[in-house]
Amino acid sequence: MWWINAKRIIKYGSIGFIRNSFVSLSTILVMTVTLFVIGSLIFIGAVLNNTLSQVREKVDINVYFVTTADEGSILSLKKSIEALAEVSSVEYVSRAQALEEFRLRHENDQLTLQALDELSENPLGASLSIRAKETSQYEGIATFLENDVAVSAGEEAIIEKVNFFQNKVAIDRLTRIIDSSEQFGIGIIIFLLIASVMITFNTIRLAIYTARDEISVMKLVGAGNSYVRGPFVFEGVLYGIVAGITTLILFYPLTLWLGPVTEGFFNDINIFQYYLDNFGQIFLIIIGTGVLLGAISSYLAVRRYLEV
Amino acid sequence: MIYFDNVSKIYNGNEPALQDITLSIEPSEFVSIVGHSGAGKTTLLKMLLAEDSPTGGSIFFESTNIHSLNRDALNKLRRRIGMVFQDFRLIPNKTVYENIAFAMEAAGRSEEEIATDVPYVLDLVDLGSKIWSFPRELSGGEQQRVAIARAIVNQPDVVIADEPTGNLDPVSTFDIVQILKKINDLGTTVLLTTHNKGVIDSLGRRVITMDGGRVIRDDKSGRYAL
Repeated sequence: MWWINAKRIIKYGSIGFIRNSFVSLSTILVMTVTLFVIGSLIFIGAVLNNTLSQVREKVDINVYFVTTADEGSILSLKKSIEALAEVSSVEYVSRAQALEEFRLRHENDQLTLQALDELSENPLGASLSIRAKETSQYEGIATFLENDVAVSAGEEAIIEKVNFFQNKVAIDRLTRIIDSSEQFGIGIIIFLLIASVMITFNTIRLAIYTARDEISVMKLVGAGNSYVRGPFVFEGVLYGIVAGITTLILFYPLTLWLGPVTEGFFNDINIFQYYLDNFGQIFLIIIGTGVLLGAISSYLAVRRYLEV
Repeated sequence: MIYFDNVSKIYNGNEPALQDITLSIEPSEFVSIVGHSGAGKTTLLKMLLAEDSPTGGSIFFESTNIHSLNRDALNKLRRRIGMVFQDFRLIPNKTVYENIAFAMEAAGRSEEEIATDVPYVLDLVDLGSKIWSFPRELSGGEQQRVAIARAIVNQPDVVIADEPTGNLDPVSTFDIVQILKKINDLGTTVLLTTHNKGVIDSLGRRVITMDGGRVIRDDKSGRYAL
């Protein structure tokens, strides 16, 4: 009995889907727009996250040492910095490395290189490049270094300068931008999601409104509520699947076209590549949202007309 | 078989639509209910189908009080009553076959039963050739015959026809009345509401006359008297 009912529900759901082709088409179009918005949000989120983490990566504190600083005391300072909870990594650049990097950077600039060769001694000091886990933590690290400098000042100061204080304004501003863009992003996502879900729900409700007489007739011939509702819910699921597949197909040429643009503009993230790499997850989100949206909207819409 | 016990219905403080209706209908009876528009005929039928509940009194189908039934039991009861409406109420995007099959499916009948019974009832209403048509491809009379086929396919105990000829020409009206008589001859109770004097006079069966929500006449073998 259960199986027969399920079969009939699927059959009539499919028949309704095909015969009311105009209603189906318009509902699918609206739903595709909704799913497209949701999909776009996934891509925007990915690009935003990637960009933010790249910007974060670029922020660091450099501690420059005087040329006479002893390597042993630099390394012991490095150790004590690494011990801080806020620090994610510390990179040591020795004097020799600094010189090599300098030469590499200016390999096409003969004049500078000649000037460098004129000097008998390596003019560059060693440095530590410190990276924090969160941009907001740089201030704490800088304060620690400042205190440390103060402590070691009694002996012989090995730190020439800490560039945080020059970069402080930029880092502060960046921290604020990152925080507010995350909040703004979440706000927009919620707003668009609610708006598009409401539009889809309303479209399905209109589609079912045209079938309200049909529903009352079904009730009057003695059909149970779940039996009346079944085909409509199944039709809603079909809308979701078709709209989901349409959306996924639409994203293919779109991301293919936008891929190189995003790669150039946002460094490093090609949304086409992102789409392919995360296809499974995106597929599940888009199709799953479509199916749920269709089913729940239909379920709620039919419920109004079942009270006969 | 059907018993109205002191039934009243008042819609939000308006004039009562039904007042103290007490009447009983026996098995295999053919009962016509006549009256002007607003006399309470349709309200009476709605009470019987539990589409609406009475303000006072109770309605019994055999020994069951209809308005005390839960949803499941009510669905089962409705499968024992076949309904025919003035506006046919066929499902527009289903074929004739599917419209009738739907009523059987709702009653949980098997595919084999459906495949044999649907063509059988369509032959009974002389529409065997229109089995794959959609309602919009049929005339009014034909649509009403499909509606009757749908009403009788589950072999109900009662067929309720609410102004079934209201939208039809005289020839189709005659056809419909003949079909209802045939159904009644096969043992099914028929409850008919109509405005049509000719129909009532040609039937020569029990006539209940209503006015202002009351039963004003109940004649065993009556004529249209309004």
